[in-house]
Amino acid sequence: MYRIVEKTPLNPTVTKMVVEAPLIAKKALPGQFVILRAGADSERIPLTVADYDREKGTVTVIFQVVGGGTMELNALKEGESLHDFVGPLGRASELDGLKKVCVVGGGVGCAIALPVAKALHEKGAEVHSVVGFRNQDLVILEDEFRACSDKFVLMSDDGSCGRKGLVTAALEELIQAGENYDEVIAIGPLVMMKFVVAVTKKYNVKTVVSMNPIMIDGTGMCGGCRLTVGGKTRFACVDGPEFDGFEVDFDEAIHRGAMYKDFEAHAREEACNLLNQEVR
Amino acid sequence: MANMSLTKCPMPSQDPEVRSHNFDEVALGYTAEMAVEEAKRCLNCPKKPCHSGCPVGIDIPAFIGKVAEEDFAGAYEVLSQSTTLAAVCGRVCPQESQCEGKCVRGVKGEPVAIGRLERFVADWHREHAHEEPVKAAPNVHKVAVVGSGPSGLTCAGDLAKLGYAVTVFEALHTPGGVLVYGIPEFRLPKELVRKEIATLEAMGVEFQTNMVIGKVLTVDELMEDMGYECVYLASGAGLPSFMGIPGETLNGVYSANEYLTRVNLMKAYRPDSHTPIAKSKSVAVVGGGNVAMDAARCAKRLGAENVYIVYRRSMDELPARKEEVEHAEEEGIIFRLLTNPVEVLGDETGHVKGMKCIRMELGEPDASGRRRPVPVPDSEFVLDVDTMIMSIGTSPNPLIRSTTPGLETNKHGCIVTNGEDGLTSRTGVYAGGDAVTGAATVILAMGAGKQAAAAIHKYIQEK
Repeated sequence: MYRIVEKTPLNPTVTKMVVEAPLIAKKALPGQFVILRAGADSERIPLTVADYDREKGTVTVIFQVVGGGTMELNALKEGESLHDFVGPLGRASELDGLKKVCVVGGGVGCAIALPVAKALHEKGAEVHSVVGFRNQDLVILEDEFRACSDKFVLMSDDGSCGRKGLVTAALEELIQAGENYDEVIAIGPLVMMKFVVAVTKKYNVKTVVSMNPIMIDGTGMCGGCRLTVGGKTRFACVDGPEFDGFEVDFDEAIHRGAMYKDFEAHAREEACNLLNQEVR
Repeated sequence: MANMSLTKCPMPSQDPEVRSHNFDEVALGYTAEMAVEEAKRCLNCPKKPCHSGCPVGIDIPAFIGKVAEEDFAGAYEVLSQSTTLAAVCGRVCPQESQCEGKCVRGVKGEPVAIGRLERFVADWHREHAHEEPVKAAPNVHKVAVVGSGPSGLTCAGDLAKLGYAVTVFEALHTPGGVLVYGIPEFRLPKELVRKEIATLEAMGVEFQTNMVIGKVLTVDELMEDMGYECVYLASGAGLPSFMGIPGETLNGVYSANEYLTRVNLMKAYRPDSHTPIAKSKSVAVVGGGNVAMDAARCAKRLGAENVYIVYRRSMDELPARKEEVEHAEEEGIIFRLLTNPVEVLGDETGHVKGMKCIRMELGEPDASGRRRPVPVPDSEFVLDVDTMIMSIGTSPNPLIRSTTPGLETNKHGCIVTNGEDGLTSRTGVYAGGDAVTGAATVILAMGAGKQAAAAIHKYIQEK
């Protein structure tokens, strides 16, 4: 069992959870992920490691409540325990040698982008961050991003905070203004990463994306998370989750992500009813 | 008085029409009367050829003799000298190519039903005996077992009997390996696996789940930092192969591992499961092994109307156990033999809507002696399916070999051992089961676990 030592809401739908897992805390690196199960009958859910404290033996995950599984997870309180917590899985981000990087984060993807930006900052790279949210209420980790970024741009779909528009617009402006990035690292919804790549391809700026396909085991034994990268089948859980954005077949990944849409809608409804009953 | 019947005493089983809609065990097992009757078919040969066919070396005539005398507790005692997983092996061993394949009674008529008797004795013991498993006097030596499949469990059990402090590291959240995620409930009830594991725990074996060796801890850390004198690598062959044909990433295409993991480990067949699985009308399972049969029979039970086994050779070359093929046929699985998929077809939403296949014919025998399937020109046709399950084999996961310096592996990714006792190219590191052989059988994995336990004991004693 893995005790929840801290649980903090970051916005109405995004929660930060700090979990006691000393062995994982000792090994985790930016870019890696864990698989967890909230209870004894829960589904296995992959979540990226948002932070870790090797001394305290804790690992932080940040998740958005989007369906049955994350609702169940969010129903757990501080001091309670997760049934299973496995990791660190996947390959760590390759950050060595990068001098100037633009980190692009979208929505809850910012939780994954932050440790990457932080690590780059600590390695002495020049870090520009472009982060986007639907509206002001959903903004997370703004201060943390500002603290590790040489340049910080906040975007919102409706203009309720920062600038109105999508992250791609801000990124393109920066590139056009002559910022010569060694690499762009984009982490967020598949559609966002797809359009970031559409921009960077025009200017031939190397782009790394962190893929988030459906996973079961997360150790390479099932291929549920497979993607086509550079025309080849790759397993995101062992070969990734980060890949060269120019090579990824995003349309296919978007189709595969929607595989269990109906089941998930049903599970969400069920979890809602169940949790509401408990509240009453 | 020997029973000279030429045929095995039949074992009751669920009616195919009923069982193809549930996940309950198909074969129901012998009653005590049936077991005694069948046991009397054993001639108690002095040379006991059956014994040589058992990879874990069970004294078969001895335990069957006890059954014939209605001393079931005594029979269990004989079994447990050689195996810790009798209830499992009696059910899933391919006895026709092991013990029963060597039985003298099989020369004229059917061999003695050794597997069914082993199963009966193990089940009888579970229901009737309540004594605690014996915990050996502990010695001071620590051994780590990586993987809790049949090979790891056997090795752990044998070492625990000798007093070793054994820790089994398992990557998934439930121990048992293929016994829990691969082989379905209707062939091997998971309650049995849980009980076998509980017995090992009572014998002092510690299980640590959620431990991906190669990620959270390396083999070197186990030995250098954590004080394990030996490591037994039994991580299996869990990496699925795909065909590399167009359309394989469409929604509705599964590896058998994924399909079976969702169904068996995550219980996706239960209406209240939190893990989803495809709702299919027509399913094609590509491959002809036991895993393909399991996947096809699961798909049928999940409500698919048409389930096809698509195999590129003919009935005679099917690698699956004969009994499993018969069960599948009885349950209405349709065999599309001498057929090979060339492309998966998708609809506008990116979901499987069909499978383009080509007919095959058997050509000259290849190096392995099997007749090679050759495509028949211009014989392409489309099979209407909405789900496709690839069951064309698995290979060892690269995690351990890529994080263990000096561990020799072959071109297939299998760990190289000295063959005799499972010693790898690293001192103190042993390996066995599918991690060494590539995908094989439960009993071979158990045999390797047994050999390695003996070798580890010898190595530590002589150190």
